[in-house]
Amino acid sequence: MANDPIHQFQISKLIPIEIGGLDFSFTNSSAFMVAVVAAAGAFLYLTTSSRGLVPSRMQSISEMSYEFVASMLRDAAGSHGMRFFPFVFSLFMFVLVANLFGLFPYFFTVTSHIIVTFALALLVIGTVIVYGFWKHGLGFLKLFVPEGVPAVLVPLVVAIEVVSFLSRPISLSVRLFANMLAGHITLKVFAGFVTSLSAFGLAGAAGAVLPLAMTVALTGLEFLVAFLQAYVFAVLTCMYINDAIHPSH
Amino acid sequence: MANDREPGDLERRRRDLEAALAARRPEESSEEGTKTRNAGGYGNALRLSSEFIAGIVVGAALGWFIDRMAGTSPWGLIVFLLLGFGAGILNVLRSAGLVAEFGSRAPGRGDIDPREKK
Repeated sequence: MANDPIHQFQISKLIPIEIGGLDFSFTNSSAFMVAVVAAAGAFLYLTTSSRGLVPSRMQSISEMSYEFVASMLRDAAGSHGMRFFPFVFSLFMFVLVANLFGLFPYFFTVTSHIIVTFALALLVIGTVIVYGFWKHGLGFLKLFVPEGVPAVLVPLVVAIEVVSFLSRPISLSVRLFANMLAGHITLKVFAGFVTSLSAFGLAGAAGAVLPLAMTVALTGLEFLVAFLQAYVFAVLTCMYINDAIHPSH
Repeated sequence: MANDREPGDLERRRRDLEAALAARRPEESSEEGTKTRNAGGYGNALRLSSEFIAGIVVGAALGWFIDRMAGTSPWGLIVFLLLGFGAGILNVLRSAGLVAEFGSRAPGRGDIDPREKK
């Protein structure tokens, strides 16, 4: 079991709760989600509480993350998009901190479960659809009709565009989940090689240096992936929000 | 001379600073873009494949659902699987920056849309 690479993703109930036949248990996943929100919130609150005009190191990390998301949203969706800034920033911080938490040994990776990432993606696409219809009414449907398409082809093109639109939450969630899952399994497998090789005496221990080096390199790669996936998630959210604000350019 | 500045002078300096910051912003973002592009060859591969698979999965799921509702099995599945295939290709081309974004004009005159999606 110590060498089972899937074991780290198991959900265990910490406080079993059942309401009306539905399972609302507080699991280790929920515990880590609470921890992620608490850590991100506490970090942002505590680092900016001094409100230094010349920021300290920690304060400038907070300010950089703010600037980073703000310029990303402004580039993608214009200044109208800034009303979605709290939403995008919360999503970005949640995904980023959850990914980084997952890199601690023995910690549970919240974003390695597709149901979590899919719920986040549904939240994004739900916001886009609701805001799009609320703001533009049926004009939002123009999103699915590209200009300059021959009338004969319009039904086919619209059908393809609709399926393409519906596939967005899937690809958004699968990308994040698959990256985290694959990365953690790879890490665990290579780290497992170290222990099983060193069981074969001196020669094995000498050979175990190779997977150990690989594990160190992969850990670095995982840090990159944790940042990159949070960035990609936030960038795509910005682009989808841009579609809701400007359905036809 | 440096100590007795007018309030208007401060205003002017703030405006200058804002203009300078605004001028810097696009530079910074393009720098960011090249950085992530270099780092993300592996991310790119995963992204494109997930886009393609998502199109097909959604098409198949829609077709299956319509068949169940309307009892038109297997035609819904066949038609929507093909549409999903088309949507998958469209997703891939779009995220590779070769096709116009949603709702914008189709690239006319045979040129390629220069805007790139990250």
